[in-house]
Amino acid sequence: MSNKVEKDEFSGTDTTGHEWDGIKELDTPMPRWWLWTMYASIIWAIGYWIVMPAWPLISSHTAGFLGYSSRGSLEQELADATAAHAEDRNALVTMELSAVKNNSQLYQFALRGGKSAFAVNCSQCHGSGAQGAPGFPNLNDDDWLWGGDVDAIYETIKYGIRSDHDDTRIGEMPAFLTDEMLTKEQINDVAEYVLSLSAEREDTAAVDRGQEVFMENCASCHGDKAKGGRDFGAPNLTDAIWFYGKDKDIILRTISRGRNNVMPAWVDRLDDATIRQLALYVHSLGGGE
Amino acid sequence: MNLLWLAFTIVGVLLGVILSAKAVDPTMMLHGMVFSIAAVLSAFALIARNYRNISTPSLADANGSVNYNTEIIKAGIIASTFWGVVGFSVGLVIALQLAFPVLNFDLPWTNFGRLRPLHTSAVIFAFGGNILIMTSFHVVQRTCRARLAGDIAPWFVFWGYQLFIVLAATGYVLGVTQSKEYAEPEWYVDIWLTLVWVVYLLVFLATIWKRQEKHIYVANWFYLAFIVTIAMLHIVNNLSVPVSLTGVKSYSLFAGVQSALTQWWYGHNAVGFFLTAGFLGIMYYFIPKRVNRPVYSYRLSIIHFWSLIFLYIWAGPHHLHYTALPDWAQTLGMTFSIMLWMPSWGGMINGLMTLSGAWDKLRTDPVVRFLVTSVAFYGMSTFEGPLMSIKAVNALSHYTDWTIGHVHSGALGWVAYISFGALYFLTPVVWKRKSLYSDALVNLHFWISTVGILLYITAMWVSGILQGLMWRAYDAFGFLEYSFSETVEAMHPFYVIRAGGGALFLIGALIMVYNLWRTVRGDVRAKEAGSLVPNMEFAGAR
Repeated sequence: MSNKVEKDEFSGTDTTGHEWDGIKELDTPMPRWWLWTMYASIIWAIGYWIVMPAWPLISSHTAGFLGYSSRGSLEQELADATAAHAEDRNALVTMELSAVKNNSQLYQFALRGGKSAFAVNCSQCHGSGAQGAPGFPNLNDDDWLWGGDVDAIYETIKYGIRSDHDDTRIGEMPAFLTDEMLTKEQINDVAEYVLSLSAEREDTAAVDRGQEVFMENCASCHGDKAKGGRDFGAPNLTDAIWFYGKDKDIILRTISRGRNNVMPAWVDRLDDATIRQLALYVHSLGGGE
Repeated sequence: MNLLWLAFTIVGVLLGVILSAKAVDPTMMLHGMVFSIAAVLSAFALIARNYRNISTPSLADANGSVNYNTEIIKAGIIASTFWGVVGFSVGLVIALQLAFPVLNFDLPWTNFGRLRPLHTSAVIFAFGGNILIMTSFHVVQRTCRARLAGDIAPWFVFWGYQLFIVLAATGYVLGVTQSKEYAEPEWYVDIWLTLVWVVYLLVFLATIWKRQEKHIYVANWFYLAFIVTIAMLHIVNNLSVPVSLTGVKSYSLFAGVQSALTQWWYGHNAVGFFLTAGFLGIMYYFIPKRVNRPVYSYRLSIIHFWSLIFLYIWAGPHHLHYTALPDWAQTLGMTFSIMLWMPSWGGMINGLMTLSGAWDKLRTDPVVRFLVTSVAFYGMSTFEGPLMSIKAVNALSHYTDWTIGHVHSGALGWVAYISFGALYFLTPVVWKRKSLYSDALVNLHFWISTVGILLYITAMWVSGILQGLMWRAYDAFGFLEYSFSETVEAMHPFYVIRAGGGALFLIGALIMVYNLWRTVRGDVRAKEAGSLVPNMEFAGAR
């Protein structure tokens, strides 16, 4: 409304003489520190443009005096890391796996590398502590499906189990009900028998009937004493360590519909040194033979 | 003029019916119906208005002072508080989902992936957008001493914008998204928003055009920059080709790194022009108004306005450090972000220094406490932003919760607090009340939500830096120390604290809603009757 310059009583500064809805403005100069900091940031930016890739041209860009590129710097870092490990990695792939333990420096290297590769590639299924989960074996115990010495573990990791690799090992738990090989009653009996191997069962008649069914149908893979068979990856059923769970429902489901989980083949995804590190690491977890 | 608007609604009804009938997917069928129902309701409103014989309001009242359009401000206050509560609530839900994933309920509609854009759009566009439209309509009228241009046009902007929110939000929950952050709505919703936005620009410009003040007040520069730039960003980033004219799906015109750069040119400037420039407009009106002091420096406002506008638009590439984006673009994004530091702080200086001579109001007026704290958070965030844009810092902070903490110190501390200040200021003004219902409740809101914000951002700082350090931790042999799942596990306690902070913030907002509701009813809390900060505008009110 009023358009005349006034002096603000508090600050002693003049107003600009404008007023909008009662709001006036002081004619305070810009704070010097503010202005100089802004100039400094502009000068810094110009300096940065001179030394770094900065402005686009027609078909390229200003490269900067430092010759920096983020792709180049990444390649350099990767090359440095590989070079730092080259000696140990070479030693690892040329040595017998069982002999690595004797070279303590190399063994430490392998275990650390194995732990790191396990965290990135294996922990999703087997757990970050390798404790397993239903359908994914615990790797800390001494209950091995396909063998627990370091060479067997190496082979399992390399080619997988029931994987799409030609050298994979295959064992099949058949679907006894789905494929009409056993009746529901027989399956119930055989489940009772399997449970009786590691715990007391009340229905001893069923256990006895189940034993007969077991001998005819299951013993060929799991063995006469149900101690398992590593040629087929058939689990030991007497040790109270359960692959899918200890409840009868789960065991019934396993027998009725079969189980054929897949362990991937890592040979095409990881290099040999890393697979060896993994084998040594898993072997070291407690149950290695 | 009424007839022209009526014709538009008829076209709208027909369009909605055709889209619905010919729809190739169920969401378009639903959205077509929603559109025609909205058009039918608008037609009824226009006809009723005609029969009630509401003529175009006079520009001046009996006393010769300007007859301001306050009804549209009232609607804006109601809409923004409503959407604010919705947006904060969804934010709390998704914070809890991150801490306790079981809360996803294994349903597609309640999945984090769909609720997250619902939260961001609800707080930024529904809450923030309604605040911006509402305050800009108030400020432009008052500082131009002119009634808001147009009679029905402002109402088209208001209701059209609400329709945009409803179409966007229901689309997200039903799984419709073009997967561009902060630009998730599909092509047909984008077209509708463009239409609404152009009318918004015209209403704003026409009001400035008929102003009775010689100069245009600084708040209006900021509002205008916000409206114009958002139009440009919205149109370019959303350029796409629909698969069918009666289907929701479209494909972007950009691909690969071009798409990423366009997206972050948009995304960063949505922060710059929506959440910064627009809200600086709010600051430039409500702070001097509430503390009754002149703006600190006119020259500073000019220089920081133009430098902010010029520099902000370049800063987007800092969202794409260490990606396929060429190095030169990353350099420009980083250096312009650093140069942006002082222009941003110019607004902070002007806001805070306006209080010189009136700092005692911080003690006596809790609404001033909101306004001043918001500027302090603005200063903090606009220092943190350039810091995080430095490539060496970004290598640690990028993809971590630090970014989430940074965004929320700006969103909760700056954007929401200046909005709360404006809502507390405006409600007694437009409803012509002597004061708020209670200043003590404003104070309670302030402290509860301040504790909430501090919990939120400190939890995210710790969590983000921890996360970044865990990702890059190597052992003596040079092997990675942690698996990704271990870093996720380490975040859990901070996610719980964050959800607690969010809950406090929501409780604070609910206290505000109650306080504003009692103020609108004309109540005054008996205990505080003699001591409430008076509404300065009351003397001039009818």
